[in-house]
Amino acid sequence: MNKIISNKRINKIFNAVGLGSTLFGLLILSILLFDVISDGWRRLGFDFLTSYPSRKPEQAGILSAWVGTVWIMITTALLSIPLGISSGIYLEEYAPKNRFTDFIEINIANLAGVPSVIYGILGLGLFVRGMHLGRSILAGGLTLGLLILPMIILTTREALRAIPSSIREASYALGATRWQTVRYQILPAAIENILTGIILAMSRAIGETAPLVTLGALTYIPFLPTNPVSFSKTIPFAHFSLQGFFDPFTVLPIQIFNWVSRPQKAFLVDAAAGIIVLLIITLLMNGLAVVLRQHHQKRW
Amino acid sequence: MDFQVAFQIQNVNAFYGQKQVLKDINLNILDKSVTALMGPSGCGKSTLIRCLNRMNDLVPNFRMNGQIMYRNTDLYSKEIDVTDLRREIGMVFQKPNPFPKSIYENIAYGLKIHGVNNRNYLDEMVEASLKNAALWDEVKDRLNDSAFSLSGGQQQRLCIARALAVKPHVILFDEPCSALDPIATAKIEELMTELKKYYALVIVTHNTAQAARISDYTAFLLLGDIIEFGSTEKLFTVPHDNRTEAYLTGKFG
Repeated sequence: MNKIISNKRINKIFNAVGLGSTLFGLLILSILLFDVISDGWRRLGFDFLTSYPSRKPEQAGILSAWVGTVWIMITTALLSIPLGISSGIYLEEYAPKNRFTDFIEINIANLAGVPSVIYGILGLGLFVRGMHLGRSILAGGLTLGLLILPMIILTTREALRAIPSSIREASYALGATRWQTVRYQILPAAIENILTGIILAMSRAIGETAPLVTLGALTYIPFLPTNPVSFSKTIPFAHFSLQGFFDPFTVLPIQIFNWVSRPQKAFLVDAAAGIIVLLIITLLMNGLAVVLRQHHQKRW
Repeated sequence: MDFQVAFQIQNVNAFYGQKQVLKDINLNILDKSVTALMGPSGCGKSTLIRCLNRMNDLVPNFRMNGQIMYRNTDLYSKEIDVTDLRREIGMVFQKPNPFPKSIYENIAYGLKIHGVNNRNYLDEMVEASLKNAALWDEVKDRLNDSAFSLSGGQQQRLCIARALAVKPHVILFDEPCSALDPIATAKIEELMTELKKYYALVIVTHNTAQAARISDYTAFLLLGDIIEFGSTEKLFTVPHDNRTEAYLTGKFG
């Protein structure tokens, strides 16, 4: 009888401890959010988004930073999404299970845990110096692409593994090839989970500072990368250029870091406003991931 | 050409890793009839039926030796294209496994992967297959609904219709009724009796009553051996082996 009472008490205690831990995390988070928003909301506005950084804190903006972030993210996505999904499909659906593929698997899992600054050093040696890409958007995007590649491979594999093998059998039993089975049955069933994983990986990449700083990204950029499309009044009217990929860049977290390290108090306000913008972008991306995931659950 | 014998299975041994699951199997499966592979769980009956459309190729560690002739061609010869083969030898699985798509797309998929794109022909084949699987009247007004909106028994008939759509010569049933209630089971059995006029049917079952009801020939398997094979009528009325008799009378299994 006493045993039961003490078990019940332990249960109650754990309930309280669990609730306390959860609230503690939420409390700290809301203090941080409140602090940042109360500091930064005054600076937010159209001007803030459309101005270049400046010596004068009240005129400084994040135009070059957010445009740089968009460029970097596009480059990162172009590298890591096709490579990551194909590798995931290959490892999960095609590769024979032997020691060699086991070895690859373990190493991909390890790569996903390598500190990001190490990718920065790799990028500096390989892309900036080895391939003479300089401190360009391409070098930055490729570095972040390598950083999230293992994550995308892992999430693709997990998504594929979640598809019941009975679906594969049904397709093969009709005489489908492996590719037809992947293309028409497995991928459509798994795509939402894959996209969710990709978005989460991208939203991690968007906040990465260390590898880009290591790479030598600049902190003061008063211009934008060359526009990929420009227009003229003479034939052929539209001109396409890849020059932007080779231009120097900065990104939001670096700009924020730069402002935080300035002695003037007013720059801290700019930093807080920049953080709000970065938070909004990340929250939107994570929200999209949640929506996709719920959509997926409904269908199965 | 008319083939009397659909499959000739000769000296087949099969292994998962080190474990032998089929021991020197010899068996002829006739066309336009139902052959039941009957036996308790783990006797190798599912492994045997999966050798017939080479589904075991997908299992790592699986090895097989011996010969299986299908209509006078060696199923396991190097020249055989396994995707062509599986088109001719359809399969229905233990648990209904429709694709997470519409009823229509479930049937049309098999045709599409073999290059059929003509919309009218697809429509015709979908209707014909569903009619042959005795499902048309129940689903004709909702072909674009998800296949998951059907009941278990309907899903299994959809899987049969899906197999019929690619015009196979043989249909393999791997315990098709084990997840279904008696009424749905009766419908599937009735359907099989109809289908055997046109196809060679092979059914794996641990249910003696089901083997007796629908099959023309029965093979009784135990621990990877065929203990007895013959016409269902004879095997059930005068079993030669006392292990067969014991299984039929429910003394084990």
